[in-house]
Amino acid sequence: MNVKPINELFKKELVVINMGLESFAENLRDVNVKVLQMNWKPPAGGNKKISSLLARLGR
Amino acid sequence: MKKILVEKDSYYDSVFLMLINKEVKQYDGVKDAVVSMGTDVNIELLKEMGLTNQEVESATPNDLIIAVEAESEEVADKAIQSAKELLNKKKSESTDTDEYRPVSLDSAIEMLPDANMVVISVPGAFAAREVRKALNKNLHVMLFSDNVSLEDEIELKKLAEERGLLMMGPDCGTAIINGKPLCFANVIKRGNIGLVAASGTGLQEVTCSIDKFGGGITQGIGTGGRDLKNSDVGGRMMLMGIEALKNDPETKVIVVISKPPAEDVAKKVINKLRETGKPCVIHFIGLKPGAQEGNLYYASNLEEAAGMAVALAKGEKYEKRVFTIPESEVEAIVKRETANMSKEQKYLRGLYTGGTLADEAMILFEEEIGNIYSNNQTKPELVLKDPHVSQGHTIVDLGDDVFTVGRPHPMIDPSTREERIVKEMEDPEMAVMLLDMVLGYGSHEDPAGAILDSLRKAKERFRERGGYLSIVASITGTAGDFQNMEEQKKKLESIGCVVMPSNYQASMLALKIIREVAK
Repeated sequence: MNVKPINELFKKELVVINMGLESFAENLRDVNVKVLQMNWKPPAGGNKKISSLLARLGR
Repeated sequence: MKKILVEKDSYYDSVFLMLINKEVKQYDGVKDAVVSMGTDVNIELLKEMGLTNQEVESATPNDLIIAVEAESEEVADKAIQSAKELLNKKKSESTDTDEYRPVSLDSAIEMLPDANMVVISVPGAFAAREVRKALNKNLHVMLFSDNVSLEDEIELKKLAEERGLLMMGPDCGTAIINGKPLCFANVIKRGNIGLVAASGTGLQEVTCSIDKFGGGITQGIGTGGRDLKNSDVGGRMMLMGIEALKNDPETKVIVVISKPPAEDVAKKVINKLRETGKPCVIHFIGLKPGAQEGNLYYASNLEEAAGMAVALAKGEKYEKRVFTIPESEVEAIVKRETANMSKEQKYLRGLYTGGTLADEAMILFEEEIGNIYSNNQTKPELVLKDPHVSQGHTIVDLGDDVFTVGRPHPMIDPSTREERIVKEMEDPEMAVMLLDMVLGYGSHEDPAGAILDSLRKAKERFRERGGYLSIVASITGTAGDFQNMEEQKKKLESIGCVVMPSNYQASMLALKIIREVAK
């Protein structure tokens, strides 16, 4: 079972991209974690059909 | 008078909107209000409330809807205006203080090339594609979102397995990686105990107890609740977590926590733990603990899992016990708490915000005194007829979906529980109210303070009727948590609540009190 990247993570500083609820990013900043808050929006303006098409295209 | 405003292309996260919604609802003269994004579920809800029009019906999840029913047009206008002001304030706050916020994961990675973890809490319907992107970029993932399909979960965990990455979730509320609390988690001392858990509040309770017993942790990996329950998910993340802790030289003891797993998955997990060669503590909530076997130790409750792990980590023998305070003190509390109860007082009412903590109490009571009604019951005859109304001995999980439609989880917004306390106090048959108090990041800033007034009133109400209400609570938290655990404890004790060191001990004390009044 390959878990090498997990064990490598354990040896590094945690650096986080936060996608969604902002309070999670604020909490991480509070404990000195480098974190970037994304301005996430539903893909294709929330249109499910187009969004699932985009997902299938890997976008 | 109903008024609706739809703002195209302005996305806000749901927890923030729920808090705004609460403010607008409390506006003088407002009968009802909804501030939400135009998702299918929300549009349906608005239709049911009669707060709809053509614009609402064609809204997308990217459109903001503010709908208000008020006593006059003027009030409705003012309420909508105040909602907009609150939203604008938020917008200017975030643009003032923060740097540019990327819209796509690709540009986020460009801005933060050393990122190694993505925390995802976007609506479930959109979450899987974001997880896929992150894993394909070799980033570990914590997936907080729920409503992710089983098929997606399996596919994403297979992908994580191929790449050797963490995919904690879906519906993973708690993790502690490299000492850093993610989402709903507490500040725990570092040490040599590593955990993998398929239960968020379960992980919180065990890590906090480890901290209280003077131990510390290396990692607290979450898996999401379905990881072990479903044979097709097959405990994939649990097995990877155990393997990583096995390889981790800092981890001396491994702890595994889960609600009852599927039989074949349990076997796989136990075999995997045996292979590690390290001392392992296992607690499957609700299953009878097995006998110790080689490096495998079975705990019978969450606090015991912590106690066993700390003892093993220190090379000491674990002493089995129920209470950490002297037995004589426990007896004195029971005597004091039951002395002034009226004849009709006989029932337990557990009002919980943590699902696993509710389950732990429910299972314990069931073993000892039989029928416990709950919205979490697996026995159909004991499921509460109406989750909003207690019957007999009741333990209610207020974090259940039935209580959280359109409002935040009770760990974030204590008003759900406050309302329930106000309702419960009118039932003269209640003898003990049992409460959990979950601290840490993610949780409310003052959970004890927020319900203190209603607890005081409940006590008074019983006194007026010639009885006495016993309130027993436990605090899931540590001295490092920002809520200040000592203060929380003092607040509860100031109005006569008994505060125990763990949910297990609080439940056992409540049980003793119930038994005493039944004599």
